[in-house]
Amino acid sequence: MRPGKMMRQVLGSIFKKPATILYPAAKLEMPDKFRGKLKYYAAACIGCKLCMKDCPTGAIIINKVGDKQFEAIIDLARCIYCAQCVDSCPKKALEATKDVELAQLDEKRLKITFTLNDPEGKVTEQT
Amino acid sequence: MVGSIFSVLLFPGFLFVSVLALYSEFIDRKIYARLQNRVGPPWFQPLADFIKLLAKEDIVPEEANRNMFNLAPAFALCAAVTAFLYIPLWSFNSLCSFGGDSIVVLYLLTIPTLAFFIGGWYSTSLFARIGTVRSLTQLVAYEVPLFMGILSAALLADSWSLRDIAFFYTQHPLYILLNSIGFVVALISLLGKLEKGPFDIPEAETEVVAGVFTEYSGRNLAFLKLSLNVEMVVGASLLAAVFLPFGLNANPLAGFFFFILKVSAIVAILSLMRTITARLRIDQMIRFCWKYMAPFAILQLVINLILKGVLLR
Amino acid sequence: MREQRKFKIPIGPQHPALKEPESFSVALKGEKILGVDIRLGYNHRGIEKACEERTYVQDVYLIERICGICSHTHSTCFVQAVEEIAQLAVPKRALYIRTLVGELERVHSHYLWLGVAGHEIGFDTLLMYTWRDREAIMDILALLTGNRVNYGINTIGGVRRDIDSAQTKEVLKAVEQLEERTHYYIEIATEDMAISKRLSGVGMLPQEDALRLGAVGPTARGSGVNRDVRRDDPYAAYEELSFDVITDTHCDVYGRTVVRLKELLESFKIIRQVLKNMPQGPIAVKAPRKIPAGEALSRYEAPRGEDVHYVKANGTDKPERVKVRAPTLANVRTVKQMLKDRFLADMPIVIAAIDPCFSCTDRMVEIKNVDSEKEKIISWPELRSLSIEWYKAQGVDFTKLNKKLGNV
Repeated sequence: MRPGKMMRQVLGSIFKKPATILYPAAKLEMPDKFRGKLKYYAAACIGCKLCMKDCPTGAIIINKVGDKQFEAIIDLARCIYCAQCVDSCPKKALEATKDVELAQLDEKRLKITFTLNDPEGKVTEQT
Repeated sequence: MVGSIFSVLLFPGFLFVSVLALYSEFIDRKIYARLQNRVGPPWFQPLADFIKLLAKEDIVPEEANRNMFNLAPAFALCAAVTAFLYIPLWSFNSLCSFGGDSIVVLYLLTIPTLAFFIGGWYSTSLFARIGTVRSLTQLVAYEVPLFMGILSAALLADSWSLRDIAFFYTQHPLYILLNSIGFVVALISLLGKLEKGPFDIPEAETEVVAGVFTEYSGRNLAFLKLSLNVEMVVGASLLAAVFLPFGLNANPLAGFFFFILKVSAIVAILSLMRTITARLRIDQMIRFCWKYMAPFAILQLVINLILKGVLLR
Repeated sequence: MREQRKFKIPIGPQHPALKEPESFSVALKGEKILGVDIRLGYNHRGIEKACEERTYVQDVYLIERICGICSHTHSTCFVQAVEEIAQLAVPKRALYIRTLVGELERVHSHYLWLGVAGHEIGFDTLLMYTWRDREAIMDILALLTGNRVNYGINTIGGVRRDIDSAQTKEVLKAVEQLEERTHYYIEIATEDMAISKRLSGVGMLPQEDALRLGAVGPTARGSGVNRDVRRDDPYAAYEELSFDVITDTHCDVYGRTVVRLKELLESFKIIRQVLKNMPQGPIAVKAPRKIPAGEALSRYEAPRGEDVHYVKANGTDKPERVKVRAPTLANVRTVKQMLKDRFLADMPIVIAAIDPCFSCTDRMVEIKNVDSEKEKIISWPELRSLSIEWYKAQGVDFTKLNKKLGNV
């Protein structure tokens, strides 16, 4: 029993690199399975709307825009990133990406519409 | 006249000591952070905090005594800066000096605590009141060992003047070692005076929010924080002058360098001490001061008395 | 000197010692605590009712968000109840993965607690070091489940993510590193003088009081009550694992600290066994959307103590009733007993020592007239005038301020 038991540890830290990650300067890499921003493959979608049904927060809306053509409106402000929609989707039309830097100054920019402009599913911002 | 105004206000007076206070706050925070394996603030952080606080709104509680509430920070800062003028910094001559200035410095250093008491008491917040009672209770506990530690060094030097004390120990450098118990006691008491480390009881965040400072904001808070930092500089330079009077007879530039080094070293030791201990309870703190610190200070006093009688006859 | 006056100070709903809003009104005489008045309910979010409005699939994620730290606890507890009603045979591998995540969560929760305890006794260095080391476990959880908190690993009928050998290696590496650190922290907590001075003899809760007040988890085990749902009523894979239930007879905050720290070592033991004995096979069975009528009570040993969920199904895809009894609700009553005749300075650590999670606790407030036992519904203006009167009785008058702000 003595005071200052952590003395050796703290003095050792002076010569060690700080554990702090200087975030905006040093980027963090998320693991592969990370559930970040959603990605929608419009070409694969069959419009069953299971994702809409299972979403706990109603963050995803699938609209029919043409014959067998669909678009998805994802509200990133509502999304809780549980990726249940990815599990629910029978055709793998949704995917969780590693993207975590989603902060926006304008709330409207958090609403993202995915429409089928090219096979990749081009992202356009909706205001 | 112009010369003395320059010395009091700019160098080595108010402005210099303020800069030094911000510098020592930086040293304290940086070392605290590095000891905790963190990066810590950049060098301008204390200044930025100070300026930010100056720009903020000054809120005085409706129930508070306005005058007392606003005067307390000024009192604290003035007393701490005044004490600085009496301490030999990088030569034997301090700005003001007379036969009993060590006593004056010690008493001037007590005034900030009393000013905090007044400010906290008249802010009428419950947390501030508990904080003030705690800081006064604590004052009684650490003041005695601190005084005894410094005065026993003065006893050996046979003078109450800081200048003569410093001069004596420069003449007899080995005698400094005799005062090591007093030095340790004074260092630990200084932690209590600065309300740091294990003795930050009056402003214990998790118990009484910010203690005395709970109701303070804006300019007043900026000056309260500054006066605490000035107190830290004054305390460190007082201990440096009494217990580590090296380099005072060197040329001014080297002496200045030595002075900064000594202050930084003492501030670093204080940060180390606050890093490795948990906060004590007020009853434990008082018991610790009277059970260990005061007896050790008395021991130092007795040693110095005997030495004085035997060695330096 | 004149006699010290008695006064009341409000610890909470907004106070640096509390990480969540909850009100502890402390009557003080000098530094001594005369009595504590605990008021719960500041964090009521209506989750139980919201569960009745959503499907079972959605509820898993909602329930998970009851608590930010023991999220796996709540979702597992809920899912177990639903699986029992639907009589699903959950694959063994899924149970093992649940156990693994649960134990990792316990490790991260106990590390978090140790840091908070350090902060409450003014030892921020301990906070910084434990939270630095805790990052390893958070990264592992993100690797296994896809998020640092709110893991979302559970689904009705199993788990959502499998683990592979590369991940197993990562987990073992982190466990080894953390085990070494845990031994270090045990040494610090038991041998540092300042820490033991602040923890020993503080917040005494004798065994009979712990039993009488219904304490659970480390709070009870720190008072020598040998209870652990993992052993007494095994769920998930705990039946096939060997581990010890840690108890301590100090009955104070120190005892609770020792229990938590030693539990960490048991958790590492469990994690190693789980990874070694993980059976092969599927990780989930398909669950029906409509759960047949029935009811079930599920228990789970959360890091803070026993967590109880009750689910009643009525044959639709939405539950008829969900009831959550979080461990803090059982423990919070002991705080009053623990603070008897202690100092104000002990207040933060004593509250922290039950590892409170008030968001878990706050369920609902029912206003009953004491005489007639009749329920009463209060409208907004009534509530407002009631609160103004309540504050007036406390000696706080807002009339002047209201006039200033233009509210009449």
